[in-house]
Amino acid sequence: MGTASESSSDSGDVTVVGPHDRAEVELSVNGVRRLAEVEPRVTLLDLLRDHLDVTGPKKVCDRGTCGACTVLENGRLVYACSRLAVEAGGAEITTVEGLGTPDSMHPLQAAFVEHDAQQCGFCTPGFVMALSHLLEKQPNPDDDEIDRALSGNLCRCGTYQGLRDVAHSGVKVVSTGQASGDGIGGRRG
Amino acid sequence: MADYSWPAPGTHQTLGRRLSRLDGPVKATGAAKYSYDKALPGMLHGKMLTCPHAHARIVALDVSGARSMPGVRAVRVIQDVGSEIQWAHDEIVAVAAVSEDIARDALRAVRVEYEVLEHYVIEEDPNGTFEKKEPQERSQGDPDAGFASATTVVERELAIPQIAHMCLEAHGQVAEWQGDEVTVWASTQGVSTLPQQFVDGGLETKAANVRIRCDYMGGGFGAKFSPDRWGIVGAQLAKDAGAPVKMFLDRDQEVAVAGSRPSTFAKIRAGATADGKLVAWESETWGSGGRPGTGAVPVPYVFNVPNQRKKHTSVPTHLQSSRAWRAPNHPQACFLTMATLDDVAAELAMDPLDFVLANLELTGRFEATYREQLEIAAERTGWRERWRPRTEFDDGPLQRGLGLSLHTWGGRGHQSRCDVAVNPDGSVEARIGTQDLGTGTRTVIAMVLAETFGLEIDQVTVRMGDSRFPQSGPSGGSSTVGGVTGSTRRAAMDALREVFTRVAPMLEAEPETLVARGGRIEVDGDSTRSMTWQEAASRIGAVAVTVGGRNPGRGKLNDSGVGGVQIADVTVDIETGVTRVNKLLAIQDCGLVVNEKLAESQIYSGLIMGVGYALFEELIADPHSGRLLNADMEFYRLAGIGDVGTLEAVLMQGPEHQERGVIGLGEPPVISPGAALSNAVANAIGHRVPRLPMTPERVLETLMAAEAAEALEEKA
Repeated sequence: MGTASESSSDSGDVTVVGPHDRAEVELSVNGVRRLAEVEPRVTLLDLLRDHLDVTGPKKVCDRGTCGACTVLENGRLVYACSRLAVEAGGAEITTVEGLGTPDSMHPLQAAFVEHDAQQCGFCTPGFVMALSHLLEKQPNPDDDEIDRALSGNLCRCGTYQGLRDVAHSGVKVVSTGQASGDGIGGRRG
Repeated sequence: MADYSWPAPGTHQTLGRRLSRLDGPVKATGAAKYSYDKALPGMLHGKMLTCPHAHARIVALDVSGARSMPGVRAVRVIQDVGSEIQWAHDEIVAVAAVSEDIARDALRAVRVEYEVLEHYVIEEDPNGTFEKKEPQERSQGDPDAGFASATTVVERELAIPQIAHMCLEAHGQVAEWQGDEVTVWASTQGVSTLPQQFVDGGLETKAANVRIRCDYMGGGFGAKFSPDRWGIVGAQLAKDAGAPVKMFLDRDQEVAVAGSRPSTFAKIRAGATADGKLVAWESETWGSGGRPGTGAVPVPYVFNVPNQRKKHTSVPTHLQSSRAWRAPNHPQACFLTMATLDDVAAELAMDPLDFVLANLELTGRFEATYREQLEIAAERTGWRERWRPRTEFDDGPLQRGLGLSLHTWGGRGHQSRCDVAVNPDGSVEARIGTQDLGTGTRTVIAMVLAETFGLEIDQVTVRMGDSRFPQSGPSGGSSTVGGVTGSTRRAAMDALREVFTRVAPMLEAEPETLVARGGRIEVDGDSTRSMTWQEAASRIGAVAVTVGGRNPGRGKLNDSGVGGVQIADVTVDIETGVTRVNKLLAIQDCGLVVNEKLAESQIYSGLIMGVGYALFEELIADPHSGRLLNADMEFYRLAGIGDVGTLEAVLMQGPEHQERGVIGLGEPPVISPGAALSNAVANAIGHRVPRLPMTPERVLETLMAAEAAEALEEKA
């Protein structure tokens, strides 16, 4: 475990860390405050999956080209593979687990089940986040809006028909990105 | 003697219903743990060094830098000095370290020297191959006489390239030893078959000591039948290090070595008489599935043209050995054939639907099925009202077109065993060593239990994904649904009969007169003599009734052989070359439909993968470096939600289909989309784009070539 050394510049709160030193990262994941020490090169995705055992977001391309790692960071849709853990310090992260559990699903997740919008399920967490973000802003999207909002997520099994049905189902999504200490699960729509 | 059957049509309680898949909630909430998600205390991360050259010999290898790196716990040489590497990304060294990043650091510390050899990766020119194979020739009838009698002969060169499986969950596993026993959480299509394969692959242990676990897996499509070299070495690293090892491929490896579908290049001649009857087919094909080349695809597809001559040459290339890709060989054969026949119809100025109908007797066994499916498809798309010949165009750059294709598949249920237990408290459980690829296997097994015992689906439990459970076949060939429903049904019926035997005296009836319906056991036709399922189960005694069932077995529960018709509706922009899919319609039979909602999803799945290989997907090898240029998800394009248009799935149902029993559905729907879309584009723009995928570039090239040819003709 290395030590952080302070920058010699006048920028005050900048801490310079060597590549194999560990930096402290503190963030909120699904409403729960989490702490970790990771090398700067660790992505937000690897922080979530390997250090915090939040395995909903999946590692597929690791290059920001498939959307399987889509999460919300301070209410913004991001690819967790394309964010460094140290960049996400202080942020509120919402993953698919933050919306609901199998026994207490968010209505959006229940809609996924009802309309069979998952097959192997590996792309599903990313699509849940992307759709939650769309439906929160636009509860009645047309096909063009759906296509555009989901254009950052790929599915190999072919769940697009089910996803469209979910998007047209009228399911309500409210404030999924604003976890505020409600514990794991955050707000329900 | 016991006999087994499905309930008569019209009497189903659960079968056929649109029940949601049982694992929907865990998948939609991220609670489902895939092998990729498995974490164990002290788990190490495995990564592999691969060769950057398509053809090379290892002349020097020094792993000491990796071995001595802090955090590295085990190193194994996979291919040593002297080994000949025959495709880029082939595995050389594997390391296990305390983090993925340190594992990569360790790989960078390995010193390897290659003698780079000449490579060959562009099979389009078969003459450049390093290993000439003898062509295979087959013929039937008298092709020369056939062509002589033809009034119309069409000659075409068509091509369909190598593509990837592109499973979203990469190949890999987590392996953990406890003494001499190893548990492997694998992303696999073959839970029951993997243990022996580990031993065959060189893992030093007994098959009985290998336990495979796979609860959820992120896609296989035919690529995940083997532990693969990385599975063997991952387990070996775990033994060496005395700690669990997680070994998953990176995406570039996944694309380059973990699954491809072979190519076929074709020169085809087809002849027909003036009344539209096909009389002759001649084809010269070649193709590659990487290092071993590839065999002939079944052309002419579906239509058994009376006079045929076919010659095929397998062309090895320095690329990964191909694997079974959903409906192996059929998508290629279907495209080559349906495109050619569509061109023959156009030469004859015939509506392709009429042309297909005129030749339908050549389809043999499924003629009546196709006739019915074609009628439904035509009616649903308004084909007769909307189809126009290729020579008619819309005003402006947007051209609309319709295209048609037929396909066939087998889908017989594979070997399967299932134990069904009825507990004295009424709970029912199936234990079966099968896997759910996202196909709904878990759900259909539960539905068979619910149907048989007259229970609701939440009253039954399915335990699967463990090689310690009764063995079931690997999920390939669309054989799973028939296999697992067969074994489960037989086991469940036998278990039910045992319950009947125990409770019959209390109902003053013979056991054979009892039925299980709506949560009750009752005398058929006399509901006054009945009891609840729970009451009946409580009469079992102290221990569960457990019965094993098998497939195949007595009674007709499943079958093989389906048809399928698809129609594509496209709009092509002849200025940009972009093809927009307006609609894809699939008419599909599959015998007894176990779950209508999940069956429709399988059809949509095939259609969407079809849009992928029709418009976007191809593996692009660089002739200079021998490497793939698009071993990633950016330049190897999967279809996105905006690319697929409106999808419509029509399942053939009704007593005559139900009576056939369960037939597999996973593969048939992916066979025709390439052909149907190619035909729709040809109908739209008036010319055949000869090569899939029909990228905008290829569409524009086709148009420019046609324009140039017409200009030359006018000059002549």
